[in-house]
Amino acid sequence: MLRLQEIALAEAKVPHLAGITLDFRPVQMTTLLGRTGAGKTTLLRVIAGMAMPDKGRITLDGTDWSRLPPWKRPVAMVTQQSINYPHLSVLDNVAFPLTRAGVSREAARAQAEAMLVRVGLGAMTGRHPVALSGGQQQRVAIARALVKRAPVLLMDEPFVNLDYKLREGLREELAELLRKEAGTVAIYASTDPREALQMGDAIVLMAEGRALQSGRPRQVFAAPATLAVAAVVNDPPINLLPAEVSGGQLRLVSLGNEPIPGPDLPAGRYTLGLRAEDVRTGGDLPARVVLTEVSGSETVTHLEAGSQSLVMLERAVKTHNLGSRFGLHLDLSRALIFDAQGLRLTPEPAHG
Amino acid sequence: MRTLYLALKYLAVTLWSAFVIFPFLWMLSTSFKTQNAVTGGATWLPWVQYEPSLAGWKALFGGAGGVNIVKPYVNSLVVTGSASVIALVLGTLAAYGLSRFTFRAGPIRNGDITFFFISQRIMPPIVLAIPFFLMLRWLGLLDSLPGLILVYVAALMPIAVWVMVDFFNTIPRALDEMAWMDGCTPVTTFCRVILPNVLPGLVVAGMFCLIFGWNDFFFAFTLTFTQAQLLPVSIVALNSSVTPWWSLSAAAIVSVAPLAVLAFVVERFLSRGGLAGAVR
Repeated sequence: MLRLQEIALAEAKVPHLAGITLDFRPVQMTTLLGRTGAGKTTLLRVIAGMAMPDKGRITLDGTDWSRLPPWKRPVAMVTQQSINYPHLSVLDNVAFPLTRAGVSREAARAQAEAMLVRVGLGAMTGRHPVALSGGQQQRVAIARALVKRAPVLLMDEPFVNLDYKLREGLREELAELLRKEAGTVAIYASTDPREALQMGDAIVLMAEGRALQSGRPRQVFAAPATLAVAAVVNDPPINLLPAEVSGGQLRLVSLGNEPIPGPDLPAGRYTLGLRAEDVRTGGDLPARVVLTEVSGSETVTHLEAGSQSLVMLERAVKTHNLGSRFGLHLDLSRALIFDAQGLRLTPEPAHG
Repeated sequence: MRTLYLALKYLAVTLWSAFVIFPFLWMLSTSFKTQNAVTGGATWLPWVQYEPSLAGWKALFGGAGGVNIVKPYVNSLVVTGSASVIALVLGTLAAYGLSRFTFRAGPIRNGDITFFFISQRIMPPIVLAIPFFLMLRWLGLLDSLPGLILVYVAALMPIAVWVMVDFFNTIPRALDEMAWMDGCTPVTTFCRVILPNVLPGLVVAGMFCLIFGWNDFFFAFTLTFTQAQLLPVSIVALNSSVTPWWSLSAAAIVSVAPLAVLAFVVERFLSRGGLAGAVR
């Protein structure tokens, strides 16, 4: 088990990591989900030894890594950009970490070749990285990371620069490859909530250098502990509706201030988080279409209802003309209620 | 149209080649002439227009009133070769440090240090002549090959640093980090990953060092007397009241030869793609 305790790192007094304590177990893939600048890359670099934390401890199965230089840590990493050694052939690129670890040249090349076959580059072994396409170069980098069989495998948005089709394919390949590598702690950083929810057996939500929440992906998605988590984990973004309780009544401030049914709450300000899929057509809330995006078989529509912006997700291809108006139905029974500090108050909703 | 273009292209290349090669041919021809053949108007063809003579070449070995340049020639090879290798090794290490680490000393940053190195070459050499002379005398290295090597290392290292810093800067730091993760210490990273990728830079810097070192006259002249003579100084010593164009031409040819041969040998390293594909 890879254990991080109170990892903190600041640069020019700006905190990049603020006291992160996490356990990563082998056999399961953990996804770090957070927006750009959340501290995901910094955390991976700290684990790899490329950045030294100001304080905190890293241990792998009880062995303290905190003072180990990167070349002594049994870590493999795949980064956003495909990094390969330009002067070496594809085969020698993949064999390189093995020969550095003392494996004989022949044995290293044999293992490298087997790994290249597994990532679908068996026919490219003699080429140099420059002669490969972007996706192939990234596969060389992945093969080089996997061939070491390092107990810790770090992946920092490894597919972000690739085209959609390739990304899907490689994601499946990687999951398949990792399934065969028992005992590996695999950490995958991503900015894409859908990818994170699909890929990880466990998920860690990060924002502003902090780990906000961790757990099973569906559980974190269904019951985000805070407003910040709900904002990061939902794609399309969750609708945030300002609300107020006064005189024992819950009212949506930006949507007419009519009392709506809700739990008994003390007087004060609240925020309702309503997922895009819980906004539907066919109600009596007048709204105007601002933007429509069709992605695959889904339609995401951005709307304006008075001063409130709303996002609606329909699991069908729809064409809503810009500026057109129709009535909306908000399924507020499924809304998450957050208090003024952003903590979730509603219990975990029964979510399909 | 295409034929015309090709014809024009080859014509231009031929003219330029002729322009470049002509002085060498003229030197070669002159080296076989006698005084009469040199002063008797422009002539090209030996045996037809003039009677060739080996006097110019013999003069290089001390015959026909010349100066034996064999020892200075060997001295020049030793001094330039060793100084260039040392300057290249030290300069490359310094440049890697300047490229990879951030130095802070008061207001001084990496760029200032690099400029400090190259500023050594901005000063006219005469400024350095007296300090060098005094230092070598103090070290007991005046008029000696080790003394000259020391001076040339000081003069050539800035060139190596200057060229190599730029080459190292083109290599992404991510490549160093990937090598660390693949089990390389900083030293093996430098030797096995970074150096192979700056090979064109090493060739360029090495050529610059060799050219500057080989052609230097000033330090070779001011810091030696009789024992550690270098080629440029002895070529000048060939001169007399009647300029011996034949032996000077022969000397010029043997003096240019090593650099010309080297240029042909290393040319293929310069045209290699280098870094393409390090990081995509």
